[in-house]
Amino acid sequence: MLGKLTWDAIPWSQPIPLVAGGVVLLVLLAVIAWVIVRGYLPYLWREWITSVDHKRIGVMYILLGVVMLLRGFIDALMMRSQQAIAFNAPGYLPPEHYNQIFSAHGTIMIFFAAMPLVIGLMNFVVPLQLGVRDVAFPTLNSTSFWLTATGALLVNISLVVGEFARTGWLPYPPLSETQYLPGVGVDYYLWSLQISGVGTLLTGVNFVTTILKIRAPGMSYFRMPMFCWTALASSLLIVAAFPVLTATLGMLLLDRYLGFHFFTNTAGGNMMMFVNLIWVWGHPEVYILVLPAFGVFSEIFSTFSGKPLFGYRSMVMATLFICVVSFTVWLHHFFTMGAGANVNATFGIATSVIAVGTGVKVYNWIFTMYGGRIRFATPMLWAMGFIVTFIIGGMTGVLLAVPPADFMLHNSLFLVAHFHNVIIGGVLFAGFAALTYWFPKAFGFQLDEAWGKAAFWLGLIGFYVTFIPLYAAGLQGMTRRMQHYDVAAWRPWMLVAAVGVLILLAGGICQVVQLVVSIRHRDELRDVIGDPWNGRSLEWATSSPPPSFNFAVLPNVHGEEPYWEIKRRAIESAHLTPEPQYEDIEMPRNSPTGVITAFFATITGFAAIWHIWWMVVLGLVAAYVVFVWFAWRDVDEYVIPAAEVARLDRERRGARQAWLDAHARAEEPA
Amino acid sequence: MSGRREDLEPNGSDVAPGVIDAPEETVREKIGGYLLGLVFATLLTIASFYVAGTNLIWAPSIPIALAVLAIAQIGIHLAFFLHITTAPDNTNNILALAFGILIVVLVVAGSLWIMDHLNQNMVPMDQMMQMQR
Repeated sequence: MLGKLTWDAIPWSQPIPLVAGGVVLLVLLAVIAWVIVRGYLPYLWREWITSVDHKRIGVMYILLGVVMLLRGFIDALMMRSQQAIAFNAPGYLPPEHYNQIFSAHGTIMIFFAAMPLVIGLMNFVVPLQLGVRDVAFPTLNSTSFWLTATGALLVNISLVVGEFARTGWLPYPPLSETQYLPGVGVDYYLWSLQISGVGTLLTGVNFVTTILKIRAPGMSYFRMPMFCWTALASSLLIVAAFPVLTATLGMLLLDRYLGFHFFTNTAGGNMMMFVNLIWVWGHPEVYILVLPAFGVFSEIFSTFSGKPLFGYRSMVMATLFICVVSFTVWLHHFFTMGAGANVNATFGIATSVIAVGTGVKVYNWIFTMYGGRIRFATPMLWAMGFIVTFIIGGMTGVLLAVPPADFMLHNSLFLVAHFHNVIIGGVLFAGFAALTYWFPKAFGFQLDEAWGKAAFWLGLIGFYVTFIPLYAAGLQGMTRRMQHYDVAAWRPWMLVAAVGVLILLAGGICQVVQLVVSIRHRDELRDVIGDPWNGRSLEWATSSPPPSFNFAVLPNVHGEEPYWEIKRRAIESAHLTPEPQYEDIEMPRNSPTGVITAFFATITGFAAIWHIWWMVVLGLVAAYVVFVWFAWRDVDEYVIPAAEVARLDRERRGARQAWLDAHARAEEPA
Repeated sequence: MSGRREDLEPNGSDVAPGVIDAPEETVREKIGGYLLGLVFATLLTIASFYVAGTNLIWAPSIPIALAVLAIAQIGIHLAFFLHITTAPDNTNNILALAFGILIVVLVVAGSLWIMDHLNQNMVPMDQMMQMQR
């Protein structure tokens, strides 16, 4: 009846996951109880859970990313403390548990922290920057989000029901085959990634369509803001790479569930093919994450230097160059697997070449700052910290791209330090910068600068104190994923890294305090006119937070920086353009399709993990019924009357005109 | 949905294929196009099955003949069912197709080359141990 699921699946004998799971469950129940008691449930259901508004979905993605970032960071704290203690000692985490922790850390950080952060930003920002009202397929967008949430939920259920994979964040066979890991850990990994992978692929399709097909009048490709270009490149990579991941994991599923031999040791299987295919997806994946981060920094450097982005066209070319070349470098993840010199040299050179594209970008950012009037606000600090950190990470990457050097450093902590250097320094710093930058647009008030700056400095210093020691230990031969060790020379570095991770923790606490303080002082921090940073692209043209339809009238675009132009003209004439003719606006209706589909996907995934076959069938059938029910809908749009549009837009225009008047008075000669 | 789509559409230049159908094409002509495609696709399929078991052509060339027929089949599908044309409003689709082909070629050729090389480099264990001394 319940397949492999019994009471023994709950780790009664292991206090750490049991207590952790219990605390999480209590917090979750408390939050749900609070929501129900205060009567917020109908509001949450109507306005958020079933929302198809790209801004709301973006915010929910980012919320998911931040919560999962916290979970992944707790794993990191445990790993660093284990390695600080476990010198000639077993430490406090038994090997099976430690292996699950580093596997969960990698999986969660890439798939459920970094990806939601990046996709959330794309959701929130891209339609606003393109000057349109929503993405191409709004309900699909909601479905994508909830499928991603399903994956995250399954990974977290594995904490208390059963176990997680003990394979590392990529389940290399033959270890991940049933012969060696018969438990449910690898199955949790596979099903959660298959389900969330569908969501990610649909997001890619959605954004390629949106950017290619739906833009404000006059916004040609070479007038799109840089972030939209990077979002386009990233979505193209998603569409090209994620099917490879799904197929590869699908073959491993067939091996595990139906006794196939794609990657087994015996019967003609070849586990090296798995390593090959998983990195065909894996290398584009890092560019899926980091290209939008580059886009964020391009916007920030330009805004806070008070200058247009230097070398816009070369930036576009570099982005597309990276987009294509990222598919020619995957072998550098397994130089040591046994390919000959020709293969290794080819992929090593391709890897070095891809750094040229990033180099172009770095120089463009530096020249954007050159001669500008730079404002050192929190987003700009993160951006400048990014340049320094990312260059160090990039250079160690080029070092690792040299096969003979890689033979020495493969699977060492040097490698671990390298990819944390680029992912934290690139993606995470971009995430924090973007949160501070676009927070006022999303919620109508700015974040507290003092706490933001404290978070930045602690984050930057904490990063270096944590990861520079890992470089050193790696050069001394320490490999990754060690539960304990007995080399005295490594010990000091592990102790320093443990201190570093505590500094990062302090930085994280500052971020939380910043949020709390900002919410308490939201009235003083209010963004009245909708343009708190003196921005240049169209998202700053609407109010903060934007109305559900984003723009009362779609803006006409005449150049690369449409909003900057509008603003200059308004300031020169001290008047806004004459009031436009308002018309009714049709917007897509909210739909529970996404969340119900994801609910049944969760049931299907959980049942498949535990071999509860009737429940798998039930979940699949129900999900299909939801799809048919959605396809049969009669009304899919609602109308916002012109009068309502006019009322909201007059409010915005009033605030802007007041600002213009004040500005004109201040400029007047005394 | 379509009403809103038109609102959002940029002026003229790039409109999704299918959004504005060529006005002179009637439903009957469209169905005719699909039927023609179906006939071609069926013929190519039958030809593939026939070629696989025939004595008419030289046996070692059969795999190549099958590959040729398969590529022709892809072409029929692209032209008759996916409506890939060289028209200006089809630029995006052509570029997407080119990007897709490029990625598939890179991945398949790269994987074949890599996997081939891995097997070539398998050194017997005793030699490997000596090399590591």
